[in-house]
Amino acid sequence: MTPLLAAAVPTRLVHLSSIDVVIVIFYFALVLSIGWYLKGRANTGEDFFMAGREMTAWVAGLSFLSANLGALELMGWAGSAYQYGILATHWYWIGAIPAMLFLALVMMPFYYISKTHSVPGYLQLRYGEPSRALSAVSFAFMTVLMSGVNMFAMAKVMQIVLGWDINFSIWVSSLTVAIYVTLGGLRSAIFNEVLQFFLIWAGALLIPILGLYEAGGWTNLKLQIAQRASTQYVHLWSGLGSFTNNPMGIHWTGIVFGLAMVISTGYWTTDFLVVQRVLAAKDLRSAEIAPIIGAAFKMAVPFIVILPGLIGLAVLPVKLVPESVARITGGHSYNDVLPLMLARYCGPGLLGLGVTALIAGFMSGMAGNVSAFTTVWTYDIYRPFINRKGTDHHYVNMGRWTTVIGVLISVGTAYLVMQFASIMDYVQALFSFFIAPLFGTVVLGMLWKRTTGPGGFWGLLCGTACSVSMWIWVKLDPSALRYVALSPHAKGLAQDMYQALWSFITCVVVTVVVSLATKPIPESQLTGLVYGLTKVPSVGKLPLYQRPIFWAGVVSLVFVALNIIFW
Amino acid sequence: MISIWFFIGISLAVNGALILAAGINQLINPPENPSVVLYHLHANVWWGALLLVFGLIYCFRFAPKRKS
Repeated sequence: MTPLLAAAVPTRLVHLSSIDVVIVIFYFALVLSIGWYLKGRANTGEDFFMAGREMTAWVAGLSFLSANLGALELMGWAGSAYQYGILATHWYWIGAIPAMLFLALVMMPFYYISKTHSVPGYLQLRYGEPSRALSAVSFAFMTVLMSGVNMFAMAKVMQIVLGWDINFSIWVSSLTVAIYVTLGGLRSAIFNEVLQFFLIWAGALLIPILGLYEAGGWTNLKLQIAQRASTQYVHLWSGLGSFTNNPMGIHWTGIVFGLAMVISTGYWTTDFLVVQRVLAAKDLRSAEIAPIIGAAFKMAVPFIVILPGLIGLAVLPVKLVPESVARITGGHSYNDVLPLMLARYCGPGLLGLGVTALIAGFMSGMAGNVSAFTTVWTYDIYRPFINRKGTDHHYVNMGRWTTVIGVLISVGTAYLVMQFASIMDYVQALFSFFIAPLFGTVVLGMLWKRTTGPGGFWGLLCGTACSVSMWIWVKLDPSALRYVALSPHAKGLAQDMYQALWSFITCVVVTVVVSLATKPIPESQLTGLVYGLTKVPSVGKLPLYQRPIFWAGVVSLVFVALNIIFW
Repeated sequence: MISIWFFIGISLAVNGALILAAGINQLINPPENPSVVLYHLHANVWWGALLLVFGLIYCFRFAPKRKS
């Protein structure tokens, strides 16, 4: 779901004072110190790959959210808010909250009780090795490529925003990540993600506060946006009854069925980068509460991401343009809105903190990708298929070496993307191919005991093939979007949603048909893996306010209220 | 073990102190042409102070326990 990268512009957007540089250097020193401090607590496989499975709900929850809250995402969605208005909020509300609550209440018990170390690991327990292999290889490949894409994106942003040399940005950030993840494993990555969460809020929260002050409050802001753009820029749902009635060219069915029910649920429940953080929780209740904590704060993120984009629409003296236009004219693209707002309001010190928040976002994203890659490679590819007989110490060493190699592959990918920019689009497309079918495979495995190994494998494969086919079809013939997205007025964003929907449906149908045609798995082999055969510990004596379902209810109420308020 | 919250406290306190110092410096030596809009609100002073206070609270609350 990562939006497009900022364009190259001839002059840098902000100028750091010496105090800003001190703040940035302090951040690097702190993350390296944390990694060094934690190196003594990453000597077993459980510690290195799963952070000892002792994270509290708050730590697991905040890192679960932060693993997704990268700087590219922050800048990209602020840019999307400038371009499309408040509709961009859907990716933070309906496109995340229901999925996170679903993970917490429905799927987490099966993930946690099965004691799996990864999503491919769950597939192995539930469906056997072929499904695990397909999922593990695709995830490992995509994750390390995504890390490289993000690394290049970060270097490019630092060049545009700060004027830093691209090679300097790539090597300093990758070496820092390599050091602290190699030393401290997942625990180090998680600690730094929680740190990133606080830095992002500390660095970015001032922008909407000062921006609303400058704009004269929310009501005045809406009036100014209506004059500069359209009244539809401040309505979440009222313009979605038709493809032509809103800036995004999207229909509510795409948002609800494509984005909410398939893409976001697929991502938040099966993307191992985020799920790994919750698997590291200390007990089942913490593992269930963590995504709920993440959901609560996720709902607040539009305040520091979407609102700055909207405020930029009202107060910035320059009009921002699409990247393709900015590249030619040398103007500012939509994705420059967050750095421009940072420069607008943040003086010495505050600017350094804002820039540090962006850097922290990028580096945490890289660390997250690398730590997830390391775990999947070591436990789901190397151990089962290459060396089954290694000791725990051997696998930890493999994990450390894989971290270094993973970072180097990411650096290589970053340089490749520098030469061939279109690779970025392909990698992001690749990522989208697997998410929806994987969700279908995992959720059917968790909720229906009749699903068989061949059913799971063929459903995953056919769902993925469906996704790839539609993408190629639209790539070769853009007018095919009218069939994929069911309307001649659908725009590009609609493709992701409907592609996900069709591939999910394909996966489910094939899984069901093949499962019914193949021999069922004995129930004795499904204990702890599927609904009806998993004993979930009772929460009988816990007071209401300590139960996950209570807080899920609170979050749901707030979520509904927000959607009504901004209808 | 040092808690993550202690590290958070260190980060907020140090950053808050640096930002506050920058803000006070600008109060004492105001720039001729402030580069930011709403300079008169002196956001780096009160935001820096806020971060410093939060950071110190976290540091004290989650300080590693000393052995007696």
